Amino acid sequence: MSLTRREALGLTAGAAAFITFGGQLAHAAAAETEEAIKAFSGGAMPESGKISLEAPEIAENGNTVPVSVSVDSPMTADNYVESVLILAEGNPSPAVATFHFTAMSGEAAAKTRIRLAKTQNVIAVAKMSDGTTFMDKKEVKVTIGGCGG
Amino acid sequence: MAKIYKTGVLLAGLLTAGMSSAALAGGPVDEKLVIDDELEIITRTAAPEGHPLDEVISGWHYRTEETRALEADSFQNPGMLYVERGEEIWNTVEGDAGKSCASCHGDGEEFLKGIGANYPKWNADANKPFNLELQVDQCREENMQAKPYKFDAADQKALVTYIKHQSIGMPVEIDLSQGEMQEWWKKGEETYYTRTGQLNLACATCHEDYNGNYIRADHLSQGNVNGFPTYRLKQSAMVSLHNRFRGCIRDTRAEFPAAFSDELMALEVYVTWRGTGLSVETPAVRQ
Amino acid sequence: MAAPKPRVKVPKKASKGEVVTLKTLISHPMESGQRKDKQGNPIPRKIINKFTCEYNGQVVFSCDMDPAVSANPYLEFTAKVEDSGTFKFTWVDDDGSAYTTEKKLAVE
Repeated sequence: MSLTRREALGLTAGAAAFITFGGQLAHAAAAETEEAIKAFSGGAMPESGKISLEAPEIAENGNTVPVSVSVDSPMTADNYVESVLILAEGNPSPAVATFHFTAMSGEAAAKTRIRLAKTQNVIAVAKMSDGTTFMDKKEVKVTIGGCGG
Repeated sequence: MAKIYKTGVLLAGLLTAGMSSAALAGGPVDEKLVIDDELEIITRTAAPEGHPLDEVISGWHYRTEETRALEADSFQNPGMLYVERGEEIWNTVEGDAGKSCASCHGDGEEFLKGIGANYPKWNADANKPFNLELQVDQCREENMQAKPYKFDAADQKALVTYIKHQSIGMPVEIDLSQGEMQEWWKKGEETYYTRTGQLNLACATCHEDYNGNYIRADHLSQGNVNGFPTYRLKQSAMVSLHNRFRGCIRDTRAEFPAAFSDELMALEVYVTWRGTGLSVETPAVRQ
Repeated sequence: MAAPKPRVKVPKKASKGEVVTLKTLISHPMESGQRKDKQGNPIPRKIINKFTCEYNGQVVFSCDMDPAVSANPYLEFTAKVEDSGTFKFTWVDDDGSAYTTEKKLAVE
């Protein structure tokens, strides 16, 4: 099979359009997620460490994905974890939940179940009482059922 | 011709893709289900006489670690919310006779123990097998003078979940010696092995021939029904057995029978028998 | 639709200074606002957007929730307890309704 020049051009243009469109989409989701992280942290990109996010590698159904976070902190009145922001990069809107802790929490650890629209990164950001922020990220693969049932 | 060919290719694709990933992931997991560290659930047992497989295995073994964990903790199991709602319904007066279930049967936890494990059972007056939904409706109409539930009404699902849950841990055993249960069993067996729909699948194709394999990303179980009504993550709600029957048949791209129709009642009798000896798991948690 | 039903799991007893684990669940569809009904009309958002746990009147833990939290929201967290008292759990719905439940804990 040989392509005419017009077909070849059409294909190239189509492919280029696809790549740009796809790229912009990914960028928009990433940008929105980054914006949410910066709004939470007060402008800085959080460091890694201190916070650990647990989520399944493969979720049997995206409607109910268990996630848990724990942050290394003494949890005393003057040195504790204020809050943890959970984001899902590939959802229509990245916001998922924000946990708020106090010294009375004893530990900065919490667990919930979330919805993931597709395979994507889940992000957890911890904000300490001194204003520093830390981040962890896990990719969760979301599977689709057998016959669509 | 072209259509048949395409369907064949699609089906071959579905099942072979499954076989290759099954080689990596294997069949049922080798774990034990103990709810709240105290209630041992029989999830594997020797098949009853005449069963085509040697061992019957609960669908719990085919689910991921996270889904299995939800069922092993009665607090985390969202299905327990519906058990609690069902208890309220059991004790609520409805209908012109001014009665609740409890008015006649008393405390549900006492009265209902073991009952759900033995359904469906022969109903001589109706001359057909009754499942819990039909039994509840008969009670509502005759004794409570209340309207029967619409299929899959929220209260129907919650009440049946509560009733069945009172037998949790007890082995499923239905009495095929009563009335014409044998004939209904036979009819159900026929349905189970009859290929249907554009995908040309019988229940047996997935749940007998290919259980333990994958159909796309779905790990196929033996299709036992000891956990119904079951909390399904996909719906984030309780799913009744006849809803799942219809969904499964729909997915073969076939027309699906009405809930509680003779065809599906026969299938319920047969499929329940296939899981003989497994514990009632209601509310089981599935994908 | 029956009213949302909260469930909480709190140990009955704890020792002074112990960190106890609390589990909570509430029946709620967490309608995301992104789904459509059979006629194609958008189903309005209706979720639990806020959860708070207090112990003897002081906030222990709270959570802001978005539509990406699963139906029948589940939350598990901890509390450090020094004295006997009462936990109060509150869920706030988009329509302003609040659902509450309480549990006592004996500290020995």
